[in-house]
Amino acid sequence: MNRTVNPKELPLDDDNGPLYVAQKKVYPQSISGTFRRIKWGLMAFCLGVYYFLPFVRWNRGLGAPSQAVLIDLPNSRFYFFFIELWPQEVYYFTGLLIVAAVALFLMNSIGGRIWCGYLCPQTVWTDLFYAVERLIEGDRRERMKKDKSSDPMKLERISEIVLKHSIWLLIGWWTGGAWVLYFNDAPTLVRELVTFQAPMIAYIWIGILTATTYVLAGFMREQVCTYMCPWPRIQAALTDEWALNVTYRYDRGEKRTSVKKAAELRALGEHVGDCVDCYQCVAVCPTGIDIRNGPQLECIQCGLCIDACDNVMTKIGRPKRLIGYDNDVNIQRRQEGKAPVYRIVRARTVAYSAIIAAVGGIMIYTLATRSLLDINVLHDRNPVAVRLSDGSIRNAYTVRLLNKSGYDRVIAIDANGPVNATIHVIGIDSVTQDRPMIVVPRDSTSELRVLVTAPVEGNPEKSIPVRFHVTDIGLGEVASATDNFVAP
Amino acid sequence: MTDHHSDIDPVSGRSTTGHEWDGIKELNTPLPRWWVISFYLTIVWSIGYWIVYPAWPLISSNTTGLFGYSTRADVAVELANLEKIRGAKMVALGAASLADIEKDPALLALARAKGKTVFGDNCAPCHGSGGAGAKGYPNLNDDDWLWGGSLDQIMQTIQFGARSGHAKGHEGQMLAFGKDGVLKPDEIVTAANYVRALSGLPTRKGYDAAKGEKIFTENCVACHGDGGKGNPEMGAPNLTDKIWLYGSDEASLIETISQGRAGVMPAWEGRLDPATIKAMAVYVHSLGGGK
Repeated sequence: MNRTVNPKELPLDDDNGPLYVAQKKVYPQSISGTFRRIKWGLMAFCLGVYYFLPFVRWNRGLGAPSQAVLIDLPNSRFYFFFIELWPQEVYYFTGLLIVAAVALFLMNSIGGRIWCGYLCPQTVWTDLFYAVERLIEGDRRERMKKDKSSDPMKLERISEIVLKHSIWLLIGWWTGGAWVLYFNDAPTLVRELVTFQAPMIAYIWIGILTATTYVLAGFMREQVCTYMCPWPRIQAALTDEWALNVTYRYDRGEKRTSVKKAAELRALGEHVGDCVDCYQCVAVCPTGIDIRNGPQLECIQCGLCIDACDNVMTKIGRPKRLIGYDNDVNIQRRQEGKAPVYRIVRARTVAYSAIIAAVGGIMIYTLATRSLLDINVLHDRNPVAVRLSDGSIRNAYTVRLLNKSGYDRVIAIDANGPVNATIHVIGIDSVTQDRPMIVVPRDSTSELRVLVTAPVEGNPEKSIPVRFHVTDIGLGEVASATDNFVAP
Repeated sequence: MTDHHSDIDPVSGRSTTGHEWDGIKELNTPLPRWWVISFYLTIVWSIGYWIVYPAWPLISSNTTGLFGYSTRADVAVELANLEKIRGAKMVALGAASLADIEKDPALLALARAKGKTVFGDNCAPCHGSGGAGAKGYPNLNDDDWLWGGSLDQIMQTIQFGARSGHAKGHEGQMLAFGKDGVLKPDEIVTAANYVRALSGLPTRKGYDAAKGEKIFTENCVACHGDGGKGNPEMGAPNLTDKIWLYGSDEASLIETISQGRAGVMPAWEGRLDPATIKAMAVYVHSLGGGK
């Protein structure tokens, strides 16, 4: 909901202040509750997948990598369980990116920044780093006290700090280590890494990701979301009045009073807000904001303030969800005394779902029906056509055969087009006249120079379409491509 | 610079930089400190560059830097390494026979790749980048060969050339029957029409076939053979097919007969190494016309 603000009430910029606010250290307090449990669960799932997926094996037969998910850069292959993608099939990744982006939009239109609060790597790792910090240095109060303490460093304090940073670095190192495992056979690479036999690039990447994890999750934390990440800006354009966001229901919370005073006033039958101004929602917030100030750029909508407020409400015997997932429409409706409405099915969500379904459907269809035998044809440009001594015309083509399957194939090549055309492949002595056959090794391509010769009689056209067929002699699988046969 | 803290903008209450243009003063909005520090660090970093890498031009040379780094030397090392890798492959190419190269897909691919680049550098000026030829320069894609189109014959032509002055080069040329006064002009016209008739081309009205045959037998058969089928030993072209190096129209033929023809193919032995010449022969043969 928009409130009109008198421009004179707006706070003036700090005189001579920098464009960016210096980081104020946030000390989030530990909390338990529904959303905290969801966050733990999702963290375990996301990190579990990330750290252990490279060790999952997948049998693809002899000579092929047996890693379930592998990005094989030297051989330009991508393996994902039963799927093997070639460089020319990069459009699957385009499809995947479209689906991912629209899924993000859909999430946003239904439940606000779910991505930011629960799934974003920055959130997940920062959360993990906070957990480590809390385990070693204690909860919010202790950490604040220890940081403020002007006493000379005691051994105990120093060892705490050293331990915390060591564990952070260890997590960072493991993060980089898991990353490189996606690009090579994981067990082999682990062995090479410990015996210092691994390629330099692996160590460099581990170093980079250790550093970024350590710095981003250990030090920059909410600064990344506020200053570096474009998503808060983009999502502001994607959200609408129906999207659920973590919301302080100030219609119910205001005016804030103490527990005691509220009880007294209620006894007199006066209207009082439920908010007791305990600042628990602020204390647990990982980005250090006050949700009661309304929707804010810094809010990653992780729901921890909901847990904090619910705990307090339970204690003082008031209904839960003074802070909860709600939308702009309901804030207004409640103020007008109407019942809240939640609308998940609306034009926006239907459109996003339709796009996801369409792109996903096309991808699944093309994956299911994709051919493991393929042919590309390129016509010789110089010369485009040659006249032979008997007057007939010959065109030359560069034909590339792609065998994407896990076994060698015997492939026969035919060309249909000009009348009485004959076909010859350079370097191939074929048993069958006019039907050259070659062996294409598994999971590879063969480039051939193919000559097509046709007499002038019966071929009066200057340009005749010619269709190249390649047939797997064993399986009968066929692929074809069309080009032109031209006269000089 | 003036002390900007003393100059306060009355509207916003903020200090200005003290710079004034037409009565407008600029508010002082400093860059974030981390940004400024990064900027200074890049300057420090660049000084390190001056010392470590070659940087400053001197009168006749330049500073070489701490470690004597040079991109040119790096390229030389990389080229040498590349040559080492290629060298082994080229040795395999040099050791294999021409026929074996064509049968081995890996060697064929190597020979074609090598041949294509060398062809572009050395042969394309005359024969065209794809070997399509031009008037006077044979098309290497077709199946008509003056000096023979087998692998060995192609290699021999590349090695020693034709009328190249090389001792082993092909010799033999089309004589200038008109210029040398061997044939009279009307005989040359008749001979030209006879040659056109040999390959089924239409002849001029009033052309005497018997006279043409007589002239051809007396003057041309020695090189072009009976019936004008040509002779690769002497580089004499087949006059009965559809391919003409200098053109098949009457005017071109008259010019050929009266002035003679003697195109030169240079010898490449000594200029290209033997393995490269082999690759060239295989490449040209694989263009499609090889026999």
